[in-house]
Amino acid sequence: MPAQTVFKAEMVRADFPALQQQVFNRPLVYLDNAATTQKPQVVIDRVRDWYEHENCNIHRGVHHLSQLATEAFEGARQYIAGLLNAKHSHEIIFTRGTTESINLVASSFGNKFINQGDHVLISGMEHHSNLVPWQQLCLSKGAILDIIDITSEGEIDLNHYEQLLAENPKIVAITHLSNVLGTINPVEEMIRMAHIRDIPVLLDAAQSVAHLRIDLQKLDCDFFVFSGHKAYAPMGVGVLYGKEEWLNKMPPYQFGGEMVDNVHFEQTVFNELPFRFEAGTPNVGAVLGLESALRYLHSFGIENILHYEDQLLHYAIKRMESTGKIRFIGRPKNHAAVISFLVGDTHPYDAGTIMDKLGVAVRTGHHCAQPLIDLFNVPGTIRASFGMYNTYEEVDILIGAIERADAMLA
Amino acid sequence: MTIQETEQKIVDEFSAFDDWLDKYNLLIEMGKDLPLIDARYKTNNHLISGCQSRVWLHAELADDGKVYFTADSDAVITKGIVNLLIRVFSGRTPDEVLTADMAFIDKIGLREHLSPTRSNGLISMVKQIKLYAQVYKLKMNN
Repeated sequence: MPAQTVFKAEMVRADFPALQQQVFNRPLVYLDNAATTQKPQVVIDRVRDWYEHENCNIHRGVHHLSQLATEAFEGARQYIAGLLNAKHSHEIIFTRGTTESINLVASSFGNKFINQGDHVLISGMEHHSNLVPWQQLCLSKGAILDIIDITSEGEIDLNHYEQLLAENPKIVAITHLSNVLGTINPVEEMIRMAHIRDIPVLLDAAQSVAHLRIDLQKLDCDFFVFSGHKAYAPMGVGVLYGKEEWLNKMPPYQFGGEMVDNVHFEQTVFNELPFRFEAGTPNVGAVLGLESALRYLHSFGIENILHYEDQLLHYAIKRMESTGKIRFIGRPKNHAAVISFLVGDTHPYDAGTIMDKLGVAVRTGHHCAQPLIDLFNVPGTIRASFGMYNTYEEVDILIGAIERADAMLA
Repeated sequence: MTIQETEQKIVDEFSAFDDWLDKYNLLIEMGKDLPLIDARYKTNNHLISGCQSRVWLHAELADDGKVYFTADSDAVITKGIVNLLIRVFSGRTPDEVLTADMAFIDKIGLREHLSPTRSNGLISMVKQIKLYAQVYKLKMNN
C-alpha cells in the first residue's frame, strides 16, 4: 500500500532531467516550485508521444486517429474527475491555466449574476490572478470588492470574514494555499460559512494541487481552479471545475468551434457541458501530459509526499532560524513548503541575486501579490518553495547561500 | 576619457575576475562610490519605474554644457549597476549620451540585466538617462 511507504526525494530525483544540470558551475538547487515545477521524464515522453504518434484534432473526425485521440482526451478528463472526486466528469473543463479559469468565472458568472452595488469577496493574500479579474469586474459593474484582512502571522482573519459575509457577497474567491506565505487556509470551514448564506465559493488551488489531497465533493466548493505546470505537468493547460448546477446557468465565455451544437447565420445552439466552455482546439498534448503528471505524483501517495515536504519545511525553518539572520514573512500554523523571508536588513533583490550565482534558484519580489507584500511593509521577499524532489542537502546549500549573501552584503 | 575609453576601463576591471561572486563583489563595492542624489530629489518624481529595487535618478545640465547624474537605490547591487552607468554617462554632452551604445554591459557579463524581464530595470535606467539628455539637448538648442 503506497500510504504506508516512506517517500524520499531521492526516489524521484533522477526522473527529472532539468534537475541534473549545473548553473554557474554549481549544481542547480531549484527552489522556485511555487512559480513552476520541473517535469518528470514520463510527462515529457507523454507529450512527445502525442506529437510523434497520436496527433490529430479531436471530437470531429471519424477517422481512426481522431477517435483514439478523442478517447485519450476524454479519458484524461475522467481520470482527473475521479482523482479529485468530482461528481461528474463534465464538471471538469480544460483551460490554459488558473488565470484563464478565474477569468472565465469572473466573466461568465460575473456577467450573469453580479450587478451594480453587489459585493464580491476575496482575501488580502490573493495572487493577482485571483484579484485583478474580480477587481475589473467590479469596476465595470459598479460592484464592491471586499477584502478579508490578513493577520500578522499571515493567516486569514476569520472574524473579519464572518463580518464581510454579512454583506451577502455574490461570490467568495479565495486561495487554498498562499503562493507567498505558504499558508494553508481553512477552506472547508470558510466554504461551510459561505454556504450557510447560499454564497458560492471559488477556490484558487494553483498552489495546492501538487501538495494536498483534494476531494471536491467533501470540500463542496462551487468552483475549483488550477494550473498543470505547478503540479509537474506541461505549461499551457489548467482546469476549471464547476458544479454542474452553476455551469449550466452560466453563459459561454468564448465562442467558436467545439462549443456549438448547431450553427445558423442568425443564431447558434450551444453545446452541452463541458464542451460549451471549451471553444477552439484544446491543447491535447498538454492535457495528456497533465494526466500523466497527476498519475506520476499520486503513484507515490500524495499524503506521503506531503509528509516528506512537511519534514523538509521544518528542517529548513530550523536551519534558517539557527543562522540568526532570517526575518520570516508570515508564520502560519498550517504551513505548506513555501517560505518567504529576508536576510538581515538586506534588500531581497541583492540577496536573491547572490544566491542565484550560487546555483540556488529562489524568487525575489512581490510574487504577483503586491497588496499582500505592502501589508507586511517590506520591499518584497525572497521565496524558497519546495517540491517533491528537493532534498535535505539542498536545504543545506540554501543555508550556505544565505550566509554567503549576508557576508557579502553586510 | 571618452565614453569608449571609460567603457573599456570598466570591461578591464571586470575581466580580472572569473568567478561570478567576485564580479558581484566588485559591483557591491562600486555601489558604495555612487554619487548620491540630493535628499530633496529623492522623491517619487525621480523614481524609475520597472525596477524590483527602487532607483532614484537626477540629472543636471552644468554651465560647461555637460550633464551630471546623481542617484540612489535601496539595493546595493542595483547601486553598483547605476554607478556603472553614471561613470559612463556623467560629465558628457547630451549628444554623447544620446549616441552611446550599451555594448559594454554585455562584455562584462551583465547581459542578463539587459533582458526586458529582468527586474532591476537597467533598461529603464538607460532610457531615463537618455531622456534627460534629450530634454537638455532641446533646452540647449532653444
